[in-house]
Amino acid sequence: MNLWILHGRVIDPSLPLDDQRDVYIHEGRVAGLYPPGKGRPRKGERVIEARGQWVVPGLIDMHVHLREPGYEYKETIETGCRAAVAGGFTAVACMANTNPPNDSAAVTEFILERARAVALARVYPIGAVSKGLAGQELAEIGEMHRAGIVAVSDDGMPIVDGALMRRALEYASMFGLPVIAHEEDPSLAQDGVMNEGAWSLRLGLRGMPRAAEEAMVARDLAILEQTGGHLHIAHISTAGSVELVRRAKARGLAITAEAAPHHFTFTEELVDGYNTNAKMKPPLRTAEDVRAVREGLLDGTIDCIATDHAPHHRDEKECEFERAANGIIGLETALPLALDLLRTAAWSPLKLIAAMSTNPAHILRLPGGTLAPGSLADVTVIDPERPWKLEVSELRSKSHNTPLLGATLRGRATATIVAGKVVWELGTGGNP
Amino acid sequence: MAFAQRHLLGLEGMSREELLYFLDTATSFQEISSRDIKKVPALRGKTVVGMFFEPSTRTRVSFEIAAKRMSADFVSLSGASSSTAKGETLLDTARNLAAMQPDVLVVRHPAAGAAHFLAQRVGCSVVNAGDGCHEHPTQALLDLLTIREHKQRIEGLTVVIVGDILHSRVARSNLHGLRTLGARVRLAGPRTLLPREFALWADTTTDLFEAVSDADVVLVLRLQRERQARNYLPSLDEYARHFCLTEAHLERAKADVLVLHPGPLNRGVEISSSVADGPHSVILDQVRNGVAVRMAVLYLLAGAAQRDTAENTRPAAALHVAQRRSVL
Repeated sequence: MNLWILHGRVIDPSLPLDDQRDVYIHEGRVAGLYPPGKGRPRKGERVIEARGQWVVPGLIDMHVHLREPGYEYKETIETGCRAAVAGGFTAVACMANTNPPNDSAAVTEFILERARAVALARVYPIGAVSKGLAGQELAEIGEMHRAGIVAVSDDGMPIVDGALMRRALEYASMFGLPVIAHEEDPSLAQDGVMNEGAWSLRLGLRGMPRAAEEAMVARDLAILEQTGGHLHIAHISTAGSVELVRRAKARGLAITAEAAPHHFTFTEELVDGYNTNAKMKPPLRTAEDVRAVREGLLDGTIDCIATDHAPHHRDEKECEFERAANGIIGLETALPLALDLLRTAAWSPLKLIAAMSTNPAHILRLPGGTLAPGSLADVTVIDPERPWKLEVSELRSKSHNTPLLGATLRGRATATIVAGKVVWELGTGGNP
Repeated sequence: MAFAQRHLLGLEGMSREELLYFLDTATSFQEISSRDIKKVPALRGKTVVGMFFEPSTRTRVSFEIAAKRMSADFVSLSGASSSTAKGETLLDTARNLAAMQPDVLVVRHPAAGAAHFLAQRVGCSVVNAGDGCHEHPTQALLDLLTIREHKQRIEGLTVVIVGDILHSRVARSNLHGLRTLGARVRLAGPRTLLPREFALWADTTTDLFEAVSDADVVLVLRLQRERQARNYLPSLDEYARHFCLTEAHLERAKADVLVLHPGPLNRGVEISSSVADGPHSVILDQVRNGVAVRMAVLYLLAGAAQRDTAENTRPAAALHVAQRRSVL
C-alpha cells in the first residue's frame, strides 16, 4: 500500500535535511519528499498525520541481546522485535551470546529465519569472534558472513588474548566486518560488581576500576594501528576511554564507538539501596564520566547511541546485588533518554538522528539511515515532546529490568515503518 | 523519644538522637546481665529468628543470649544446614521463615546489601548482623557503648581504626557512628586495604605511629588471612611489622588510650599479646556490652514494629534511603 506522512518535520542527516516535508512511500521505498502542501494523497492511499512531529530515517540499534536461541525465558526474537519497533527502531543488530552462541552459519540462518517470520524490525545478526565465545579459536567468520552477519563480537566476554584480537581485526577486514569490542581487562575488573570509587566503598561492594576498560581500549587501539581493520568500541563508559578514542580518530584510525543511554544518563549513585537495575557491565560510572560520554557524542568522538538491550528474568534481578545479572533493557527507553540529551546539551536533532540511524547504518554497512528518494522506506515518526509514564504494561519486551519503571519520560515513537509497512503505531499495540 | 525505624540495617544515615537512644537503652539493660536471675519479661511472646549465612560464633551467641534474657524465643539457622544449601534463594528462605511470623529476623550474609534486600521484602523487622563488606551495626554500637562507658563521652575523641578498612564492615559502621557522634576518626592501614577515597570521610594514613599519636581510642581490625592470596599483602609477617599494634605505639597515644578489637584475635598479626591482654585493652568489655546492645536493639525494634502496625506503616526502605541521602 502507498503511504503518505504529511506535515512532519523531516530530519535526515544523510541529505542533510531538516525541514517540513511530505513523505511519499511507494512499494516499500521512499518515492518523494515534497515541500509542505505539495503532497496530494490519492483515494485509497494511507495517510499518517505528523504535524508537530519528526519524520526520520528508521532508528537502528546496533547492540541488542535478543536471547534467542537458548534464553527464550528472557526474550525472544519476536518479543525483542516488538520492543524494538515500539521504541522506534526499524533495525537491530543482535549479539552472539545466545545458547548455542552465534558462532556458526547455522545459528545465523536460524536467527534470520525467525526474524523473517516475525516480520517486524530488521534483524542483523552479529557473529562471534571466537568459537563458543571461549576466546581461543577464531569462529568461522567467512561462513557466517555468507549467511548474513554484519559484524563480529564476543560481547559479554572480553577478548583477553591480544593475538586473537589482532587476528580477528585482520581476518574480519577481508569481509568488511567491524570487530565490536567489549573492553574490559578481567585481571583488573576481577569480580567487581560496580564502578570502583567512593560509592563502592560506601556500599561495601567490590569495584571495577575504570582502568579495566581503558587499558583494554588502549591495547586494542595499539593493535588496530599496527594491523588495520575496523574496530568498534561497544558501550564506552569512561572519560579516559573517550579521550583515547578521540586521539585515535585524530590520527585517522578506523575506529568507531557507541554509547549506551544509561551511560550518558545515570551515575553509579543509582546503585544506592542495592538497586539491581543499576547493575551492568561496564558499570555506571561517575558524573565526570557521564559528562565525558556526552561530550564524546556531541563532538562526534562517539558515533552512535546503542542500547545494549539486555533482558533478564525477574528472578535474575530479584536477589542479592552481587548475584544479580548484568544489564538492563533499553529498546523502549532509548529515544526519550536521547531526546533528554538534546534538551540539556547544545546538540542538533540532525546529530541525534545521525547517532541513532545514519551512523550505525554506515558502521555496519546497512541499507537505511536515509530517506533519500529511492531508498528503503524504513521510517520513524517521533513526537519529541510527548510525555508518558513507563509502566510494565507499556513494555513489549518480555523482561522488565529497567530502573526507569514508573518514571515519566518525554518523547516517543508514534509510528514505525519498515519497508513501507507500518509495524507500530502508538495506541494500537505492536500489530497494526 | 519514639523510635520510628523498623529495621536496623546500618549506622549510616542514623541521627545522633537515634544512636544515643540505642546506647542509653543498652546502658539501662547492662545491669540485667549482672543479676542473679538474668531474665526480664520485656519480649515475652516475641520470636527472634537468626539467619547466619556466614560462620559466626560470637555474634550468634550474643544475639541468642540477648533474646533469651529478654524472654524472647530464639531460633537460628546457619548457611550450611539451611535449605540455601539445597538451592533455595535467600529471598525464598527468608519468606518462608517470615511466614512463621517472627518479630525480628537477624541476618548475617556474605553479600553486601543482603539485609536491605530482605527488609524491603519481609513483613517483620530485620537486624543486619553483618552484610558482606558493608555494615555491622550492632558491633559498632557495642564499640560505641564501650568507648562511652570508659570515656563518658564520644564527642571530641580521636579514634583510630587500623587494618583492612577496605573489607571491613566493622570499620564502616564505626566510621558512620563515630562521625555522627562527633568523634574525629583516623583510618590507618596499608594502601592496598585503605583506598584513597576513604579520605572523603576521615583522615587516612599508612603510618601507624602517626595514626596513634594523641589517640583516645584505637580500634584494631581483624586481618583476614586470605587477603594475602589476592596480593593485598606480601606476607602476614610484613603486615605485622608495619601494622601490628604494640606497646611502642601506645606510648605515642594518650595515657588513658583504649584498645578495642572486634575479635577473633590474630595475636602477633594485627595486635600484640601484650596489648591485647594489657591494661588498655577493653576487648572483653566489648563482648559483655554486645549482649546489652543486642537486648536494646531487639527491644526497640520489636517495640517499634508493634507501634508501626498500630499507628503508621512508613515504608522502612524509603525511610532508609531518605536518611542516607540527607548525609551525602
